[in-house]
Amino acid sequence: MSAEAFLDVQGVTKRFGGFQALSAVSLRVRQGERFGLIGPNGSGKTTLINCISGTLRTDGGRIVFADQDITTLPAHRRTRLGIARSFQIPKPFTSMTVLQNLMIPIEYAGRGHRDGVVDEAMGILGLMGLAAKAHVPSAALTQIEMRKLELARAMAARPRLLVSDEAMAGLSSTEVDDILAILFELNQRGITIVMIEHIMRAVMRFSERIAVLDAGEKIAEGGPDEILADKRVEKAYLGE
Amino acid sequence: MGARSFGVVALAIVVAGLAVTRVLDNQYYYFAGYVVLQYVVLATAWNILGGYTGYVNFGTPAFFALGAYTAVVLIQSLKAPLAIQLVAGAIISGLLGLALGYLTLRLRGVFFSIATLALAVVLQTMFINWEYTGGARGITLVRPASAPLFGNYVQFLFVVMLGLAVLAVATAWWIERSWIGRGLTAIRDNEEAAECMGVPTLRLKLVATTVSGVLMGLAGAPFPYYVTFVEPTSVFDLNYAVNSLAMPMIGGSTTWIGPVIGAVLLGTAQQIATVTISSALNLLLVGLILVAFVILAPEGIVGLVQRLARRSGERTRRSGV
Amino acid sequence: MVWLDLLLNALAAGILLGGFYAAVSLGIALAFGLLDIVNIAHPVFVMLGSYVAYGMNARFGFDPILTGLLFTPVFYALGVLLYRVYYVSFERKGAESLRGLVFFFGVLFIVEVSLLLAFGVDYRMVEARYIGETFQIGPVGIAFRLLVPCVVGVALTGALYLFLSRTFYGRAIQAVAQDSFALRLMGANPFRVKGIAFGLAIATAALAGALLIMIGPVEPAMNREYIGRVFAVAVLGGMGSIGGTLVAGIIVGVAESLTSTFYGPSWGVAVSFGVLLLALAVRPSGLFGR
Repeated sequence: MSAEAFLDVQGVTKRFGGFQALSAVSLRVRQGERFGLIGPNGSGKTTLINCISGTLRTDGGRIVFADQDITTLPAHRRTRLGIARSFQIPKPFTSMTVLQNLMIPIEYAGRGHRDGVVDEAMGILGLMGLAAKAHVPSAALTQIEMRKLELARAMAARPRLLVSDEAMAGLSSTEVDDILAILFELNQRGITIVMIEHIMRAVMRFSERIAVLDAGEKIAEGGPDEILADKRVEKAYLGE
Repeated sequence: MGARSFGVVALAIVVAGLAVTRVLDNQYYYFAGYVVLQYVVLATAWNILGGYTGYVNFGTPAFFALGAYTAVVLIQSLKAPLAIQLVAGAIISGLLGLALGYLTLRLRGVFFSIATLALAVVLQTMFINWEYTGGARGITLVRPASAPLFGNYVQFLFVVMLGLAVLAVATAWWIERSWIGRGLTAIRDNEEAAECMGVPTLRLKLVATTVSGVLMGLAGAPFPYYVTFVEPTSVFDLNYAVNSLAMPMIGGSTTWIGPVIGAVLLGTAQQIATVTISSALNLLLVGLILVAFVILAPEGIVGLVQRLARRSGERTRRSGV
Repeated sequence: MVWLDLLLNALAAGILLGGFYAAVSLGIALAFGLLDIVNIAHPVFVMLGSYVAYGMNARFGFDPILTGLLFTPVFYALGVLLYRVYYVSFERKGAESLRGLVFFFGVLFIVEVSLLLAFGVDYRMVEARYIGETFQIGPVGIAFRLLVPCVVGVALTGALYLFLSRTFYGRAIQAVAQDSFALRLMGANPFRVKGIAFGLAIATAALAGALLIMIGPVEPAMNREYIGRVFAVAVLGGMGSIGGTLVAGIIVGVAESLTSTFYGPSWGVAVSFGVLLLALAVRPSGLFGR
C-alpha cells in the first residue's frame, strides 16, 4: 500500500445546478499525517469533505482510499473501510443518550467488536471529558459538549482517517487547546487526521501540511510556513 | 420488558383469549374483538416504519387490501386453506413494501409518503377494474363449514387474529431491542449522520418497509372470511389509513407498547361509538384527536406517562423520602 | 383517420387541463417549493373551494369564478392561520418532519370528512351558462368547461408570477427560501413573510377549486387523486419556479390525457405519479430548478 497516498483525491468536481462548488480538486494525504484544509467561507471545504465521506456524489474525478477506489461507494461502506468525520453543525442522535450515540458507530462501523462495547464507549467518552454525561440525553448538551460528542462519535467508528470539520468554531481558547490535545493524541495512536478549521493558530500548530481552497479550487499546498508566506493565500482571505 | 416477562405476558394473553372462547357466547364480542386485534397488528406494523424509522406511510389500505385480495384470489382459484392465505398475503404485501421502498427510499422521506398515497389510489383503481376478484361490485365468499378446534368460524378467526397480534407485537418488541432497532432510531434521528456512522440506511429502511408490509398483509388475509363480502370501497376504506397512523401517534410511537395502547383504546372506543354515531363523524373525531396529540402531546400516551413518572420521582426525591 | 383525431383531441384536452393543473399546483410551488412545507392538505383546500363555489351557485346562482375571487381573501386568512399553528407547533421547535407531515394529513382528513358530513358522497356540480358549450377547430373539439379553467388558471399563474417578481413582499418570499437571515437584514420579518406566502398558497385554492368544479362534478375523496399530481407538477416545474410550474402542468396534463384516451381513464393518477418518480430520478431540481 502506498503510504504516500493513503487518501488520494484525484480531480474531484462537484456542481449544484449552475453553481460550480469544486473544480478538479486534487490532494494526497499520507498515512499518519496531520493535514490541514483551509480557505475562505464558501470555498468548498465542507463540500469536499462530503464528497470524501460519501454524503455527496461527485460529478467528476476519483477518490482512492488505502489503494481502493471508493468513488462510487455509499457513505456507510466508506465508514466501514475506515473514514470517519465529524459534522460542522453537530448532528447528534437526539433521542439517545451520549453513550447510546457512541453505540451506533461501534456496532455498525467497528470492525471486530461485540464484547466490551460499553467499556470501549466509556473509554472514548473519558478521553473527551464526557464520561460524566454518558447517560444524559444528547439533546441536552451544551454546544461545546455537542462538538466533543461529534468527535467522540467519529472516534467510536475506529477510523483510520478522521476528518474534523470545524470542530473548534466558537470555542474559547482553553477549549480549543483541549480539542487540539485530543486530536494530537489520536494522531499519536496512528490515526490520519484531516482538520478543517478557521482558527489559524490551531491549524498552523497542528498541521504538517496544509491545502488551501478558494472558490472550489486548490490554490496552494505546502507546510504551514509556506502557506503563511503564500501571496495567493493572502489574497484569497483578504482580497486585492 | 425483558424477554422472559414478555413471553409470559404474551402466553397469558393467548391463553386468556382461548379461555374466553369457551365461556363467551355472544358473537358480537368476537366480531368487535377481531377488529380491535386487527388494529393492533396494523398500528404495530405502521409504527415499525413510522415511529421507529421516521418514514410516514399514508397508504396502509394498499397493503391491507393486497393481503385481503391475495386471499380472495386463493379462495377463488384453489379453495386454499387459511394458513396458505396468510402466508401468501404476507409475502405479496411484503414484496409490495420492498418494491415501493426500492423505488422511493433513496429520495427524501416526503416523497416516500406521497408515493404511499398514490399507491393506495392506484391499487384501488386496479382492483375496481379486475373482474376476477369482483371488480367494483365486490365478491361474496363462503366461510368453510367448520372451524378447526372451535365452535364457530368467527371464534376461530378471533383466535387467529389474536395470534397475529401477538406475532406482530413480538416482532416490534424484538426489533426495538435489537441492533436493527438502534439503527432505525439513528436513521430517524439523523439519517445523514447515521449513514456516516456506518449504518446501511437504505438496507435497514428496506427491512422496515418489508416487515411492515408483511404484517399489514397478514392483517388483511383473514379479512375476506371475516366479512364474507369483499369490495374495493370497504377494503380501501379511509379509516384504515387514519387509524393505523393515529393509534401509534396517540399511544406513543417510540416503543412497541404505544401502538397497542392506541389500538386498544381507540379501537374499543370506535367499536362502541359506531353504534351511536355515524362512521363519518367517528372518523372526524379520530382526525381531531390525532391533530390535538400531534400538536400538544407528540410523544403520545406513553410519553405523557413517562413525563408524569419522572416528575413524581423528582418530587419524591426533593421531599427527602 | 380516427386515430389522428383522437390524438389531436387528447393533446388539446391535455394542454387545456395542464393550464388548470398549473393553477392547482401553485399552492404547492409556494408552500413546498419555496417554504419547504409539505402541505399535502392543499388539494383538500381546493376541494373546499369547489364546495364553496357549489354552495354559492346552488343557493344564490353565483358564477363560480366570481365566488372563487370573492373567497380568495377568506382562504388567504385561513392559510395565514394554518401557518401560525404549524410554525408554533413544529417549525419553531425544529421538530422532525414526521410530525409536520402527520399534522397536514390530520388537517386533510378533518376537512375531507367534514365535507363528507356536510355534503355526502354524491357528486356535486355547478351550473353556468358557458360551461356546456363546445366549439370546433377542424377535427379538434374545444370544450368551454376546459377552456375557461385553463385561461383563468394561466391568468392566475401570471398574476402570481408578477407578484413574486415585481413586489417587495413577492421578492421577500423568494428571498426567504434562500436566506432568511439576509432577509432580516433587509428589514423584513421572515415569520411574517412566510405567513404571507403560505396564505397566498391557500388563497389560490379558492379560485382553483372554483375552476375544478367547472371542469366536472366533484366529491370529497377526489383530493387524494390530486396529491400525486400537484407534487409531480411542482417538482417537475423546479420547486418554486412559477413559469416552470406552468410548463410542468401542461406536460402532466398531456401525459394524463394521452394515457386516458388510449389506455383508459383510470390510469391518470398512476401517470402523474410516474412522472414524479421519473423527475426525481433524472433531475431532482426539476426542469427550471435552481
